[in-house]
This record gives sequence, structure tokens and C-alpha cells, in this order.
Amino acid sequence: MATTTGVNSDLAKERNNSTFDVEELSNFIYRGPEKVKRRRYLHNLATKDPFFRKFKPWAFQTREEQYEICLQKHLYINKKCKELNLTEPVDKFFYTEAAAPHENSPIGLHTVMFIPTIEKQGTEEQKKRWLPLAESLKMIGTYAQTEMGHGTFIRGLETTATYDPRTREFILNSPTITSMKYWPGNLGKTTNHCLVMAQLYTQGKNCGIHMFMVQIRDLETHMPLAGIEVGDIGPKFGYGTNDNGFLRLSNVRIPRENMLMRYSKVLEDGTYVKPPNAKIAYGSMVLVRAAIVTDAARALAQACVISIRYSAVRRQTEVSPGGEEAQIIDYQTQQYRLFPLLATSYAMYFAGRFMYDFYLKTTAEIEGGNLDSMPQLHAISAGLKAFSSWMCSAGVETCRLCCGGHGYSHASGLPKIYIDVVPGCTYEGENNVMMLQVARFLMKMYGKLQNGEALPTFMQYMSTDLNKKSCMTEEVALNCLVMAYEHRAARMIRDAAASMEKLVQSGKSPVEAWNGSTVMLTWAAIAHCHAFVTKLFVETVVKSRMDSKVQSALTSLCKLYAVHGIVENLGGFIQDQFFDSKQVKILQKKLMQLLAEIRPNAVAFVDAFDYPDEVLQSCLGRYDGQVYQALYDYAKSSPMNEKEVLDSYYKYIKPAQNGKYQQYSKL
Amino acid sequence: MEASSEVNSDLARERSRATFDKENLINFLYGGPAAVRKKRYLENIIKQDPVLQRGRRWAFQSREERADTGVWKHLYVDKLQADLGVTDVKEREYLRDAAAAHEGYVLGLHFGMIIPTIKNQASEEQQKKWLPMAESMRMIATYAQTELGHGTFIRGLETTATYDPKTEEFILNTPTLSAIKYWPGGLGKTVNHCVLMAQLFTEGVSRGIHMFMVQVRDLDSHLPLPGIEIGDIGPKFGFEEMDNGYLKIDNVRIPRENMLMKYSKVLKDGTYQQPPSDKLAYGSMVLLRCSITASVAKCLAEACVISIRYSAVRRQTEISPGGEEAQILDYQTQQYHLFPLLATSFAMQFAGNFIDDFYREKYPDIAKGRFDFLPQLHAMSAGLKAFSAWTCSAGVETCRQCCGGHGYSHASGLPKIYVDCTPACTYEGENMVLMLQVARFLMKEYSKLMNGQPLSSVVQFLKCDLTMKSCMAEEVALKCLVLAYQHRVTRLVADAANCIQDIIGEGKSQQEAWNSCTVRLFWAARAFCHAFVVENFVNTVSEKHLDEKTREVLTSLCRLYGVHGIITNLGEFIQDDFFNSEQIQILSHTLTVLLREIRPNAVALVDAYDFPDTVLQSCLGRFDGQVYQALYDYAKSSPLNEKEVLDSYYKYIKPAQMPNKELFSRL
Repeated sequence: MATTTGVNSDLAKERNNSTFDVEELSNFIYRGPEKVKRRRYLHNLATKDPFFRKFKPWAFQTREEQYEICLQKHLYINKKCKELNLTEPVDKFFYTEAAAPHENSPIGLHTVMFIPTIEKQGTEEQKKRWLPLAESLKMIGTYAQTEMGHGTFIRGLETTATYDPRTREFILNSPTITSMKYWPGNLGKTTNHCLVMAQLYTQGKNCGIHMFMVQIRDLETHMPLAGIEVGDIGPKFGYGTNDNGFLRLSNVRIPRENMLMRYSKVLEDGTYVKPPNAKIAYGSMVLVRAAIVTDAARALAQACVISIRYSAVRRQTEVSPGGEEAQIIDYQTQQYRLFPLLATSYAMYFAGRFMYDFYLKTTAEIEGGNLDSMPQLHAISAGLKAFSSWMCSAGVETCRLCCGGHGYSHASGLPKIYIDVVPGCTYEGENNVMMLQVARFLMKMYGKLQNGEALPTFMQYMSTDLNKKSCMTEEVALNCLVMAYEHRAARMIRDAAASMEKLVQSGKSPVEAWNGSTVMLTWAAIAHCHAFVTKLFVETVVKSRMDSKVQSALTSLCKLYAVHGIVENLGGFIQDQFFDSKQVKILQKKLMQLLAEIRPNAVAFVDAFDYPDEVLQSCLGRYDGQVYQALYDYAKSSPMNEKEVLDSYYKYIKPAQNGKYQQYSKL
Repeated sequence: MEASSEVNSDLARERSRATFDKENLINFLYGGPAAVRKKRYLENIIKQDPVLQRGRRWAFQSREERADTGVWKHLYVDKLQADLGVTDVKEREYLRDAAAAHEGYVLGLHFGMIIPTIKNQASEEQQKKWLPMAESMRMIATYAQTELGHGTFIRGLETTATYDPKTEEFILNTPTLSAIKYWPGGLGKTVNHCVLMAQLFTEGVSRGIHMFMVQVRDLDSHLPLPGIEIGDIGPKFGFEEMDNGYLKIDNVRIPRENMLMKYSKVLKDGTYQQPPSDKLAYGSMVLLRCSITASVAKCLAEACVISIRYSAVRRQTEISPGGEEAQILDYQTQQYHLFPLLATSFAMQFAGNFIDDFYREKYPDIAKGRFDFLPQLHAMSAGLKAFSAWTCSAGVETCRQCCGGHGYSHASGLPKIYVDCTPACTYEGENMVLMLQVARFLMKEYSKLMNGQPLSSVVQFLKCDLTMKSCMAEEVALKCLVLAYQHRVTRLVADAANCIQDIIGEGKSQQEAWNSCTVRLFWAARAFCHAFVVENFVNTVSEKHLDEKTREVLTSLCRLYGVHGIITNLGEFIQDDFFNSEQIQILSHTLTVLLREIRPNAVALVDAYDFPDTVLQSCLGRFDGQVYQALYDYAKSSPLNEKEVLDSYYKYIKPAQMPNKELFSRL
């Protein structure tokens, strides 16, 4: 049972069987050989650095240790990034991903939210004052929006900032228990400043939500300042490394200059100056939502790597009596659960890539004063954020369950990925709310369609003839698949609009009609997102330049994504007889064929994501497939095994055994 | 912000508007007023017990503390149980749940599995020797079946027990890395014995899997015996109190009398005597499976209590501009997520009752060697276990997400319920494997049908005419719902059988054909379980012992369960045009009508589960609805807040801050 260093033979065989060159696919995923090289270089910098290896595994740490170790790691990462001159966000990301995988930084929001917000929302003067302090970490900040009683609905926040013209200060308060800030990352113990979102009152009037720079802890002693009650909110499902915090403000005064005043202003006398456009403030939120799409895709990709490699190594149940036990990846049911998720991880990855490009393009336009694409950017980012986080987090759990009992151990690495990805469903805009925002956009577009107005390109499918039937034939053409999704979305949009219309006609107000139709509206929004992702996947596969073998393999995966989505949501596609029963049979049969077609490439597909073992941190997903040795080693190093006999044995069990029976040490 | 002992006014109003008397439903669920009084009496004893108030909140404990706390708490409950003379299984459960809900008991398998196994599988003589020791806890044992490389497929186990007639001993070995026992609960640090499942070899021949009583630790020093390497397997997603263990055995000798010999025997000279039937060994496994349905149903019920009460308290987003923010329970989308789950929790509860009774009724015959009902018992217990575990654990996660961000905190209690519930999908038979066992049963019944033989009682409906259309009309009769589900099963069973026949027709073997149709077989099995649960729910609400108002409410819930299941699996119901488009309209309209109908009773329905706050351990699900005060208290008591400034601040943050020219403590 000595440690073996060779690659597990099943896994080696899998790698020989693939029909394409893995490296070519990696090049396509990460946009070129140069970028793949760069990514590996950055991963290596972290994985080869002895600093990161000195800590015990995450699963063996108490929560207090998780926080402390993660803090050390991220401070070191900051230092290293400066030393190595890593300035590009993507470079920092790859380096960090390998140095502290799924270990959420206790100073992360300082870099990704606090500093950018000062840059975007602060005046020149404010930037000059705060940025150097923030960059030197003298000032460590976070973003305090969510309150105990208020989340997604920002206008409902209760924290107040009341301007006092006599002292030229704002007086900040959390007037009720529900107004207490609750959840902001890093707020509890780490930061000494935060950007507080509060209702501005000046000259006796409420001027809506604005941002205020508030110092909460002393810069030397780190003790909370007067009027500030601040602390950690306690243990959570995951994010143990992060001190999500609470904050109660009572009559805290800050100078007028601490309101972020690039757009709206309060003058010395208390006059309120409105921002030129209210939508400008939402830019960084859109960026965060865009990032969630890719984060979700990565989480699912990693879960697929682990569960598919393990499924190639794991053998269970002889296929014919007395024969060898089969690799579980050979079971159709296992393929049916895993391969569509593999396809989903690619689909979502491409969607995330698109989202980021679209964000850059649109924000450049916005900065240039052109706000035309703003509603689209908002709808697409909200929809893809919700759709991808739902699909990917449920997918990660399915991957975990596909690893049987071992998936439940932290040795698999899968629970850690799950608890890191699943909050994406509720933070930065709760998913159901996001979907209804998409629906609102869709209803507007539907109104335009009815009025014969022009639609944005990605909404033009709404004008298709809903009486037309599917063009699906035996070959299952990609364009027929895309049309099917677009047909379903268009029909559901129409149905939701009709439902509202009907309620209005029955005498309900528009608000009541909306509220009485939100389930149908949500279905329409999900169908729209599904169509969008499918079309994007198809276009990526068809239109991009890539090696022909890779293209052919990726086409199968794309087809699987689309066919599986239809078979699993069949009702929505056939309730208006869009498909006839023969076409349904073709699709179901195609699903099984695609599973068989993808089977020889499954391991190559996950290898192409090119995640080093140090990122996966999984006994089951190791590149060399030596899963049992790794599980055995994991068990042996369990902290519970440090003592051969636990104290609880002497304290509780011994006394509970009654002494009726003769003493014997061996039966 | 003082703690208030009053009930939140929204919740109080909810309770006053229920249309039925919840006490009646409580009595129905728990078996009458006397049983309910007893339940509450026992829960109160726990609530008032000073010893059980000791120790920190579960979420604040490290894994080691949880393991330690788990042992003393459960032993204390054992003692309390004995002192109070509580012998009834359900009453014991009330006591234990109130004291340590979802906290694993390291001796649970000893009492729940080992003592019954000794009674069922050991000879009279062995029982006389072991039972008194086991009952006095001198002997503490667990059940060691699962190996690193082998789970559900028991025949594949690699551990060997080779009989040596010279010394009249068995020699036990884990001959490979993958043979190491891995996962058995309590094995790591707690037990001194285990019932080992191993391949028996005698007279040079393999005799299949048998059970052996093996001492693993010294009875006094508790140190591992020679040849035994044993320990905890390390941290997991949940089950942290449990020392799931590993065991490596190297030439350990045990006397011949330690093989459990009620049915099969090895004589002194090594002669092997077969058991009268190999079916007899599975009794305790079936029993365990039968109990899983009720226990996952309870998890979902608890999650529904928490999320529905919280949804009544939580307000978010003004419905009309400037108005009051709405209770989130009033949003149709929230109802659409939660109410079907509430219905599911009742459906699964009743299914659990059914399978429990079915086992009790049929098992005595089986134990006597009359196997007529064994295939049905096996199929029903496997199917309901898998179906309920999947549905309920996914449902718990949905409930958690419906609580928004707060659901992610351990303060909600929901993550703990989830991690306790979800392993039921993989333990005691991996769900997909069990579903395929159900499918095998269905295929056998189908061929009986084809051959004109009589069918088992639970599948009589397979005889129905597939060309018949649905009787569904505006009133959505329960009978038509049941028929729809049964029609779906019948069609899917025929589809799967045809799939197999077609492939055999292409010249493939029976085995290959089976393997190529497992996805369809899974669909058929899942539909079968679903149909059974619907029918059983319908039968339950039609019972005589309900007052009219309660029956009315339960009937709405039952109808919702039926209708929602059709809408979300619509494709399988309509691909043969069983419903026409008008009927589909009726069903989707009825879905929203039912959500509205259940709305006023939602809180009363969850109240009827009558779980005390001590069981729920949730800031969000408190009976009094004072969720925000509770969240605040939870945060304040977080262990990270014990020190105002953490050591890590001095150790890591201060040194990382770049020296700044001017020192200032307040900006």
C-alpha cells in the first residue's frame, strides 16, 4: 500500500482514447496558447511557493484558524502581486485562485469593491485624499449596503445620514434593529472604514440612497470608534474565512466631504445637487454580476473535473456476472447526470466570457455618454447572473452526489466548492428578483413588438411566427435547436403578457396583474436566458476558429446541452405541439447517442480546463487518479486521530458502561 | 432593541386567520391528543433540563467540541430515557430531537443496528453471550460494511475471512488499499467491536459475504488490538459529531464462534452450511431504508417551518410605490417555491408512515421464510428511500435559498438540516442504484402483464388502457390526478421495455440492452414512486378521522402536490397527448389558484408540525417570529467577537500597513 506515483491505469487509458488534442481545447477555452502559458505560469508561482504549503488543510482548520490563515495568505498575495508587478485583474485572479482556492479573502472587498468605488464615485479631491491611504492599507475598507431587514430592494434601506449645516457634518444612524448593517464582507473584524449606503436627509427632505465614507475603527488601536458597534455575524454554511459583519451606528458624525460626491452633491448650506443620471451609480454592481457568471462556471467546471475523473477511476458492480466491475462512468445513468453538467460548465463559461466583453463595450459607451445599451446590459447581466448561479450551484451538488459517499467527505473538495458558489444565488441581487427584472425588460420589449418598434438584436426572436412548427429532423441541426429555445421563450413571453392582460381586463390594477403573473413571468425569463445561453454556445462553436477535431467534439457537447435542456423541460416545448411525437422520439434517442459519443472524450474535456491539483484540493479529482491512497492519507491525518483515545472516552463512555460484567480486556 | 417576548404581529395575524384548528391536525399527525400531550411533556423536560443548557451553541463549536458534546448529550438523553421509563420508539425520538436535533450519536448504530443484528443474525448461544454485554455497553459496536473501493455492490467487498481448521479460527484481512473499511459510523474512535462484512473462504472456496464479530479495541485501555489500524476519516460536509472511521486489518484471528451463525454456518472442520435462503441477511438493511423516508420528510418539514414563518415576518419591496413593504410570503414566486415543498413534506411523511406499516405487516412472514411480499417490500422501500431523499434534500436547499442571505448563516439552522439530510441520497444504497432496482421490479411485473400472469398489488394499475385520455375537468378531481400519474408510469414502463426489446432485436445481449436503457428505466422508476406518493397522499386525506375543515386544507395541499408535479414534469404527461391543451390550461390555472388558497393557512400548517424552538434551533424559524433580535444576539455571541481586536490584527495586518509619514488615529 505504498504511495504510488504513476497515473491510475484507467485514467491513463481514458486520456489515450480521446479524439482531440487537449492542449488545443485549453487554448480555445483560455483564448490562445500565450494565455494558457501565462495562466500556468501564475498557477505555478503560487503552487510552488513554500509559503502557501505551510498551513494545514482548510478542512482541518477551526473557523478562527480559517480566518487567520486566509488573512495571512491574502496579505502575502497582495505583497507578491506588487513584487511581481501583477496588475491585470485576470493575472491576480489566476495567482490567487491557486494560492487560496475558494478561500474568500478577509481583505478582498477592499481591493475589488472599496477602491474601485472610490475611483468611480469619488471626486478628484476625494480620490487624492483616500486612494493613497487605501493602497497602503492604512485605510482598509468595505462596502456596507445590506441591512438585517433589507437586501435586494435598495430603496428600502433604513440607515440615515442627516446633514447638519451648522457643523457641516452628516449624522449617521441605524434607527431600528432592522436597519443594522448585516452581512457586508470583512466588516466584522478586519476593516477600519466602510462605505455606508444610507438615506440622505438634508433640508428636511429625503434625497434617496447615497454613499458615505465612515471610519469605524481607530487606525492605531483598531478599537471601534464612539457610536460604532461592530462585529462578526457568526458562523455560516461556508465563507468561514470571511468576517462578514454587523454595524450599528448611533449619532456618528462625519464631515460633509465624506459623502461620495462625483455625481450628486450636498453643498455647504445643505442644498442637494442631483446626479446627471441616476443609473450611473449601478456600474460596479453590473461588473460584480458579470463576474458571478464566470465564477459559477468555474465552480461547476471544477466539480466536473473531480466527479468525471473519479467516475473513470471508480469501479462498481460487475456488468456481467462474475466479470470485472465497471468504471462507473460507463453507466448511462452516470453519464446522464454528469455529461449535461459538463456541457453546462462550457456553456456558462462562454456566457461569462461574453458577459465580460459586453460589459467592457457597454461601459465604454456609457462613459462616452451613450446610455442606449444600459437596459440591455442590466437585463443580460441580471439574467445570466441568476441563471448561471442556479444552474451551476445545483450542478455542483449533483456532481457531489455522483461521487457517492466519498463526495460527502471534505476530502472530495466538493462541499467547499458548493458552499463557495451557492451564495451567488442570493447575494448581489436575489435570483428570483433578478429574473423578475429580466421579465420586466421582456414585457417592455413585448410592448415594443406590439407597437411595431425596433427591437435590439438579441430580442428579435420574439417576432417569430408562433404557429410555425419545428424544423427538427434526424440530424438534429444546431439551428433547429436554437429555434426551439427561441420559440419556447417567445411563446412564454406571449403567455405571460396575455396572463397580465387577462387580469387587467378582469378589473385588476397593473400592479396586481403583475403580482398575479410572476410565476409565468419567471418561466418566461428563465426560458429567455436558456435560449440566450444556448444560442451563444452554438455561435461560439460554429463561428470561432479552432482545430477541427476540437470543434467536432465541442459541437457534440453543445448539442448535448441543447438536447438535454429540451428533454428535461419537454412540457414547455410541446404543449403547443411545436414538436410532433416523432420529433420528441428523435430528441430522446439523440440524447442517449450523444452520451455515448461524448463518453470517450469525457476525461479529455475536463483535463482541458487545466486545473492543477492544488486548485482542486480533492482526493477524488487528482490528475493521477490515485484516489484511494489519497483518501487513506486524508483519514490518517484527521485531527481526531492525534490522540489514539479521545478524552471523551474517559469522561463519558467509561462511566456509562456499567460494571456488572467481569473485567476482561480481550473476549 | 430589547429582547421582546411578544409574538411578531405579522405572525400573530397569520395565526388568527387560519381556516382550521391546528390542534386537530397536530392530533392527526401525532396519533391523538394523549400522544401529543406526552410529546409536549417530554419536550418540556428537555427544555427545562439544566444540564442540557450547558455548552455553547452548536454552530460555535469546533469539530472536536461537537464530537465531545455529541457523546455526553446523547448519553445523558439515554439516561434520562431510562429514568423516565420511555420505551416507545416515537417518544424516544421526541426526547432526543429536543435535546440534540441533527447532532449525530456515535452510539446510534450500536443501539439501532448492532443489537438488532445480533438478534436477527446470531445463534441463540451467541445472543446469550453478546446481548448482555452490548446492552450494558461493555461491548460497543458498529456495522463495518462499506470499503474505500466498494459501496452499494456488496458482493464486490474485498475484506476476507479465511477459516483455519487447525486453530478453529478465522483469519481476517483487508488485502488491498481499496479493501480498507471506510465510513462506518462510530468506527473511528468510539467502538471496541464491529460486525465485519467479509468474503468467507473455507476449504479453499469463496462462500460469499458473511458477518463476523471482531474486537477492535481493548475493553479497558481502549487501545487498538494488534493487527488493527483504526481511526477517524476526517472532516466532512456534516455529521461532524460522528467519528466515521476506517479500519485496516492485518491477519487478525478470531474464534470460529465469532461468525454470526443463525443462518449459515462453518463447522469445526471447515464444512460450510448454506443458509436456507440468501434473502434473510437483508432484513436490517430494509428496515433502515424504511426509516429513511420518514426522517428526510421530517428534515423537509423543519425547513418548511423555518422558511414559511420567516417569509411571513420578512418584508421586502413595496408592492405599490411608496406603500408598505410586502411580506415576502405574499409574492407568488415565493409561494411557488415554498408551498409545493410544504405539500411534499406532508406527502413524504405519509409515504414514510405507509412504508413503516408495510414493513411491520409483511416482515414477520418474510422472517419465517415466506417470501411472497419480499419483492414488493424491497422495491417499495428502495424506491421511496431514493425518491424521498432526493426530493427532500433538494427541497431543504430550496427552503434555505428562499430565506435569502440569512438562510446561509448557521443562525438560520438550515445548513445544518441540509447536511444532515443529503447523505441519505448516497448511504444505505446509492439512490440511482436503488431506482434501477425498482425498475427491475417494474420490468418483471411488466413481463407478467404481457404473459397474462397476476400482478403485485402495488402495480395493478399497469393494466390500464394507454390510449385512454385524461378525465381532468375544471374541478381537478383527485381521482383524475392519480390516474394521470398512473398513466405516466404505465407509458414509461412500456417505453423502457420497448427500448430493451429493440436493442435485443438488434442482436445485443439482455445485459447490454439493459445498460443502454437505464435512463429510460430510471424515468419509469421515478414516475412509479411519484405516482405511489400521490396515491398514498390522496388515500390519507380521504381518511375518516379528520374534521371537515382540516380535511379541506389537507385536500388543497394534496391537490397542489399533484398539480405541481404535473406542471413541473409536463413533458412526460403530455407527449402522448394524454392531456389536451385545454386541460393543460386548467392545470396551470389551478396551480396559481391553489397557491392563493393555501396562503392564509401556510403558517398554521407549519405550526401543526409542532416542533419546539429547541428542535429547530433557528433564529428565522422561531415561534415568536422575533427573528431580527435573534440574529443580532447570534452575531453578538459569535466566538470571533470574544476579543474586540483579534491577534491576527497585530500579527499580520499592522506589519502589512506601509509606514505612513503622518500618524493619525482619526482621519
